[in-house]
Amino acid sequence: MADALAAYDSKVEGNIIFTQADAAINWMRKNSLWPMPMGLACCAIELMAAGAARFDIARFGAEVMRFSPRQSDVMIVAGTVTYKMALAVKRIWDQMPEPKWCIAMGACASSGGMYRSYSVLQGIDQLLPVDVYISGCPPRPEALLEGLMKLQRKINGEESFMDQKRVLIESLS
Amino acid sequence: MALSESIAALEGKFQVPGKSEFRGETALTVRREDIVEICRYCKESLGFDYLIDIASVDNFGEEPRFEVVYELSSIATNEHLRLKLAVSEDELNVATISEIWPTANWHEREIYDMMGIRFTGHPDLRRILMWEGYPYFPLRKDFPLGGKPTDVPDVAFTKAAPLEGGPFVTMPSTATTKDREPRARGAEELAAD
Repeated sequence: MADALAAYDSKVEGNIIFTQADAAINWMRKNSLWPMPMGLACCAIELMAAGAARFDIARFGAEVMRFSPRQSDVMIVAGTVTYKMALAVKRIWDQMPEPKWCIAMGACASSGGMYRSYSVLQGIDQLLPVDVYISGCPPRPEALLEGLMKLQRKINGEESFMDQKRVLIESLS
Repeated sequence: MALSESIAALEGKFQVPGKSEFRGETALTVRREDIVEICRYCKESLGFDYLIDIASVDNFGEEPRFEVVYELSSIATNEHLRLKLAVSEDELNVATISEIWPTANWHEREIYDMMGIRFTGHPDLRRILMWEGYPYFPLRKDFPLGGKPTDVPDVAFTKAAPLEGGPFVTMPSTATTKDREPRARGAEELAAD
């Protein structure tokens, strides 16, 4: 576990690790990010390449592509979001359980890309909160993996447990 | 049958107001009311068994405003014939030929969707690219490239896309490419866009 958020005491019998709840939860979350592959255009081909043996997204614990939003943690919007598709993407995002993250993969998902057009949503961030934007048209699989690592670093800094507890307490009071 | 014989046969049997040749390709302008009979004759008697495409043209500012272009081909003889007909804005309808070539079904739906020309007798004239309820015909010349704002609740919305400025646009000036490209601009300048 990185960043000295956990300590291993070899003198104590039974392999006990001291840590904080946030650190432990974040460590589990960031190393088992199950993607919702929202493949809409050519970026999806690079997403598939990132999942295959050469680039192997499994090294980062994100190989479990879930085609049910109920089982997903991170939506990878890979491709051009047309207005015809936009509300469908939004609905799938709404069906994903918290905590959830979003990666806008490539120029189209980030900003509409070269499609300054009547039919293309000018960036998925107009509908969903995006955590990581990846440039490229399409980005290489390495760029996607770099974006995934950025997201992991971001998750590591979140107040996972305390934050939710605070929201829960506020909602009850 | 050679192409010239086919054209002569068509000219003998139907009224052909216009004929043009360009780079060995022939385009016949035909009357709107004849199109179904002409297409049937081309397929059944002249051997044009393949409809490559149906296109439409918006000659905005001219009268008649629209043109529909049929691209016919014969697989056996590799001949190519182009049929054109004019459609005025007051009578935006053409008879369907989807009974003759089933592939015309989707071509005609696309023309209806993008240009707003209706095909009478079409079995299923719905939009094919945009959604039902979208109020415009986006390939017309008087439709702005960036689109117009619309909203069909729970189906789809659109916004007008910005066509100038933005973080990906090269600055117009006489400077070198290196100084005009998007990355040469500072973060504050980009944020101001």
